[in-house]
Amino acid sequence: LGLATAPLHADEEAELVINGELEMTVRAPAPEHLDAMSEITSGWVYRSDETRELQMDDFDNPGMIFVDQARDMWASADGEAGESCASCHNEPEEMAGVKPVYPKWNEEAGEVRTLEMQINACREERMQAEPWGYTSGDMVNMVALISSVSRGMPVDVAIDGPAQSTWEQGKEIYYTRYGQLELACANCHEDNYGNMIRADHLSQGQVNGFPVYRLKNAKLNAVHSRFKGCVRDTRAETFAEGSPEFVALELYVTSRGNGLSVEGPSVRN
Amino acid sequence: LAAQDSASAQDVVAPDAVHYDEYGAVAEPLTETAGDAAAGQTVMTTRGLGNCVACHQISVLDAVPFQGEIGPPLDGAGDRWTEADLRGIIANAKMTFEGSMMPSFYKSSGYIRPGNGFTGKAGTEPLPPLLTAQQVEDVVAYLLTLKEG
Ligand code: HEC
Ligand code: HEC
Ligand code: HEC
Repeated sequence: LGLATAPLHADEEAELVINGELEMTVRAPAPEHLDAMSEITSGWVYRSDETRELQMDDFDNPGMIFVDQARDMWASADGEAGESCASCHNEPEEMAGVKPVYPKWNEEAGEVRTLEMQINACREERMQAEPWGYTSGDMVNMVALISSVSRGMPVDVAIDGPAQSTWEQGKEIYYTRYGQLELACANCHEDNYGNMIRADHLSQGQVNGFPVYRLKNAKLNAVHSRFKGCVRDTRAETFAEGSPEFVALELYVTSRGNGLSVEGPSVRN
Repeated sequence: LAAQDSASAQDVVAPDAVHYDEYGAVAEPLTETAGDAAAGQTVMTTRGLGNCVACHQISVLDAVPFQGEIGPPLDGAGDRWTEADLRGIIANAKMTFEGSMMPSFYKSSGYIRPGNGFTGKAGTEPLPPLLTAQQVEDVVAYLLTLKEG
């Protein structure tokens, strides 16, 4: 009562249903590997009512415009081989179930691949097309399209087997206190979710909503762009988008959300 | 004025020369110029300076919007802590609270991937500390005004 400010927190019990029919899991029991918390929550839960509502109907969700652009791209031939994504993969809907399991170990390449890496592998090796920039508009739109057809499915990345060492590397990064502010992801997103840091209501920093349409920059944002921003805000030297460090971090952070629904493209402030 | 500046520059305790006692307190002032509480309040509420209100609430500053909830409210800090304690907490809170999330405001090296401010590019140690010695003294002076009742 005597406190200076009582920030208005959004209703943390709210449920997310898209287009009046697609029920999303925004709260789930924490996956077994995660001891620090008992429940995981989508970043949607922490946003204001107005921001949340934009994600509840595809006509209101500004991210869906970019999904439509990617649909056109999906069917357009590009590169020396004269192929489009559709030539080999038919309808984008055939990608349902792909987003929930990425980043994923690729046996042939002997590496953990993000969706972006896989898309560029198809472009370079199968279409003989130029790779897209890791966080370019074309790339983030295509990731949003592939995500959109899996909305509502539970995130379920594998962390064992050949992916384990990459996962361990990502975990180590998550708990390292970088930069002149000496802050780890965990300081903000594990120890303080639900709290205000200045004007920001801290979420668990989950990636199930990516790509994210941000009202702040009015475009779709890739996971690695967000990572970069958060690391930069600790007054640290960041890692590059698409770097092995961020790929490992993405696998680890994604695994912290195993059980939440794929939401991308989601809407955040 | 120039003479005064160079005089005070000579009497500043450098970040790596600060002496912390076993509880993390710093008895000796970092400069010879006494802290200015009003300047300290500005440091505490300004983004890009201390921005202490990002994490702490201070009831008497209720005109400052968006006070954070990460650390404890600082009301009554001047009753709970001595001047030396507060100087230590601001200069390097980790000496008082092991593993604290609170940044070390008067420290210039020993970082992992230190950056050049908020550019995301690499910085070179020693980095300028987050606050100058005088700003630390000013913040101490302000905190000492926070008395309960
Ligand atoms: C000439 C054929 C061909 C073209 C063109 C092509 N791909 Fe592929 N793609 C494949 C094959 C083969 C695989 C590996 C087998 C599989 O998983 O379906 C694959 C795999 C993928 C996967 C991983 C699926 C999974 O389950 O792990 C994604 C995502 C993907 N492609 C996206 C795209 C996109 C986006 C485009 C266009 C920009 C594209 N592909 C163009 C042949 C193609
Ligand atoms: C100084 C505090 C701080 C640190 C440290 C930090 N973040 Fe964040 N992060 C934020 C804030 C503030 C937001 C925006 C509000 C929110 O969603 O939490 C955010 C948002 C995010 C989001 C978007 C979530 C969504 O649903 O849109 C992700 C993902 C994220 N952070 C990951 C990370 C990772 C990974 C690290 C470490 C490399 C990290 N953050 C470090 C403060 C921080
Ligand atoms: C990123 C978050 C953060 C920032 C920024 C921050 N603090 Fe703190 N502060 C904390 C936390 C957390 C604690 C609790 C100590 C612990 O770690 O157990 C704390 C503790 C304190 C205490 C002792 C608590 C008490 O009993 O009153 C004082 C005094 C204090 N901070 C002052 C400041 C001042 C002054 C600034 C700015 C120059 C500042 N803090 C900036 C997080 C922060």
